Amino acid sequence: MRSLFSLRVTLVWIFLMLATALSWGFGHGLGFGSHYRYATVAVVIIAFIKVRFVFLDFMELRTAPLPLRLTFETWTVFVSGALIVLYWQGA
Amino acid sequence: MAVAEDAPPGVRPHLPGEAGIWVFILGDMLIFASLFIVFVYYRGQDVALYADAQRTLNQHYGALNTFLMLTSSWCVALALNAARAQRNYSSRRFFMLGMLCGVGFVGVKFFEYREKIRAGFTLTTNDFYMYYYMLTGLHLMHVLLGLGVLAYLRQVAHAAPLSVQNFTALESGASFWHMVDMLWIVLFALLYLLR
Repeated sequence: MRSLFSLRVTLVWIFLMLATALSWGFGHGLGFGSHYRYATVAVVIIAFIKVRFVFLDFMELRTAPLPLRLTFETWTVFVSGALIVLYWQGA
Repeated sequence: MAVAEDAPPGVRPHLPGEAGIWVFILGDMLIFASLFIVFVYYRGQDVALYADAQRTLNQHYGALNTFLMLTSSWCVALALNAARAQRNYSSRRFFMLGMLCGVGFVGVKFFEYREKIRAGFTLTTNDFYMYYYMLTGLHLMHVLLGLGVLAYLRQVAHAAPLSVQNFTALESGASFWHMVDMLWIVLFALLYLLR
């Protein structure tokens, strides 16, 4: 049991659960008051930080061949960037 | 951040699973990326309608399902870890726990859909609900397929000792399941938390 909690994937899982709770808070106005647009951008950024950890540590891309890892990193940056820009323009 | 370090120097790159599974995963991710972008674009055209419709969602279901998917992914990562140590019994147990969380996800989705349909929110109610059912329905199909994959991986984990082919199958299937988890992370943010 002790070894289970010393594993990197376990630390990542704990981080992902805490990040989910934080983004839930931001989605409900925590810390941003009436500045809901900033709260939403924070929610999207947290979501894609979580996505990156899933890629690197659960899907094991951290130790995968570089071109594959870069493809996923590019997807993360492009999709999160596009969503934030589109959200900001529409809000 | 302590968990964000890169691979230690000297570790040889390793492609997890079959090359083909990564083509499939990337294809799926491109389709979902297009759908995410289309959803946020059209949301921007009628923010009031989307925001009003979003308020009728039960946010607790979305959060609960996120916790279930993350935990399921973690269990599958532990199952692979155990398999690499040739601890087959432990590996099968973690695959089973991962499947149970996945089944829990499907159960929560069932109750969520039932609640919405009974309240009169269907695919044709408005644009928000059209995307809601389309995106979550497409994702749910991936979850159901993934549960079949996990059941297969649990069978693979019976082999002793595990062969190179067995590991290729385990890594391919696990990667697919983690992608399903990743897609839900984005869907949860877009459908439930965007304000």
